[in-house]
Amino acid sequence: MKKEDEVRDEIKFDHNGDGIDRRGFLRCMAWAGTGTLCVMKGGVLNSYSLSALSKLDPAAAMGELSFVQISDSHMGFNKPANPDVIGTLKAAIAKINALPGNPEFLLHTGDITHLAKPEEFDNVQQILKDAKVKETFYVPGEHDVASDEGKEYLERYGKGTKGAGWHSFDKNGVHFIGLVNVVDLKAGGLGTLGPEQLEWLEDDLKGKKSSTPIVVFAHIPLWSVYPQWGWGTEDSAQALSYLKKFGSVTVLNGHIHQTMQKIEGNVTFHTAASTAFPQPAPGTADSPGPMKVPAEQLRSVLGITSLNFVRGQKALAVVDSNLGE
Amino acid sequence: MKRATRILGMGFLLVAGFNHAAGSWRSVNAAPVLLPAEQQQMATEVKIDNFSFSPATLEIKAGTTVTWTNADDIPHTVVSNDKIFKSKVLDTDQKFSFTFDKPGTYPYFCSLHPKMTAKVVVQ
Repeated sequence: MKKEDEVRDEIKFDHNGDGIDRRGFLRCMAWAGTGTLCVMKGGVLNSYSLSALSKLDPAAAMGELSFVQISDSHMGFNKPANPDVIGTLKAAIAKINALPGNPEFLLHTGDITHLAKPEEFDNVQQILKDAKVKETFYVPGEHDVASDEGKEYLERYGKGTKGAGWHSFDKNGVHFIGLVNVVDLKAGGLGTLGPEQLEWLEDDLKGKKSSTPIVVFAHIPLWSVYPQWGWGTEDSAQALSYLKKFGSVTVLNGHIHQTMQKIEGNVTFHTAASTAFPQPAPGTADSPGPMKVPAEQLRSVLGITSLNFVRGQKALAVVDSNLGE
Repeated sequence: MKRATRILGMGFLLVAGFNHAAGSWRSVNAAPVLLPAEQQQMATEVKIDNFSFSPATLEIKAGTTVTWTNADDIPHTVVSNDKIFKSKVLDTDQKFSFTFDKPGTYPYFCSLHPKMTAKVVVQ
């Protein structure tokens, strides 16, 4: 058996034949006190620690479009894992405002609130007002919709969206798609997109050129991170099949309160840290409940993700930074 | 006397609420003076903790009231697979009760974390 073939066993997709398959399954995790910048060029992913950022070509580091992902602010959570989720969300916004160059917009990938109470939504809105960005786009997490079937969420963020809040928009030639996989969950199952949304997605992508860079964002991971804990989406394979023809696809998720990344064919998957509290790595605890870390370490396991798209280089840089620096 | 006990009980409830002392609720509710002996036999509890329901299978007689208590530090729900009963979102220490009048098997789950499943078997 050739060495290449051994590695190929772990690869499910190889649509581009761009060499990624030979590199095999790639996965990296950024942990406490570390941050990783990942730049993909011509199908090869390079990663740098945050401390090496200053050595990068500024054009490559900034790109033509930069935006920031935040996730899982869980406004209203007050348990020992983080009694001050307002403080840590404010720290995240301060971090965003200190980034070199203003990011175009924010993406919030859900669990904005802990219990979907109006005052919790109000608090987040108030804090996000201080972010120096033009716009913020949202998708809901299960905590935002469980109390009232998503009524409060849709009243605030549903304008211009379909169904439970899915939507798409274009920025600088990049097509962004916000998907909702947290409603109507079935006993024993994972996240669900549902037939209506999948049909909409197929339709939304029709007519898009395969050279259009695609960024998909949703709360629960669209890849099987750890199904035993519900960290995956039942019908994500269907959604990903519609994205096969595109050369550059980035999938951004939250939900698991830790950063994780992997590449499968043309798709880069990335999960963001929470701004509220960390959760254990897959399978390292009895349950995925909030992880209590010493107070002085908390901000090192919370964070934001900034992303830069560079046209013509097939490059998308993903930078995770924690709130402790 | 009974009235005085109930007021005392309320006092405990308030204290429990402020201290987040899990268990205080249960001890108040289980106080024999508050429930006639007959009723007590027909009531039973399920604890929600660590992303699981326990016991996972609860066997009861028809007419029994089951009370679920969320002892976890994350909200959960109690939702029948067949939409027979459905709690609101239960935050830490909150409870939900349902009385099972008809024999049968009632599978249920947490609609926030659908990997959490359990059932009530009514004889």
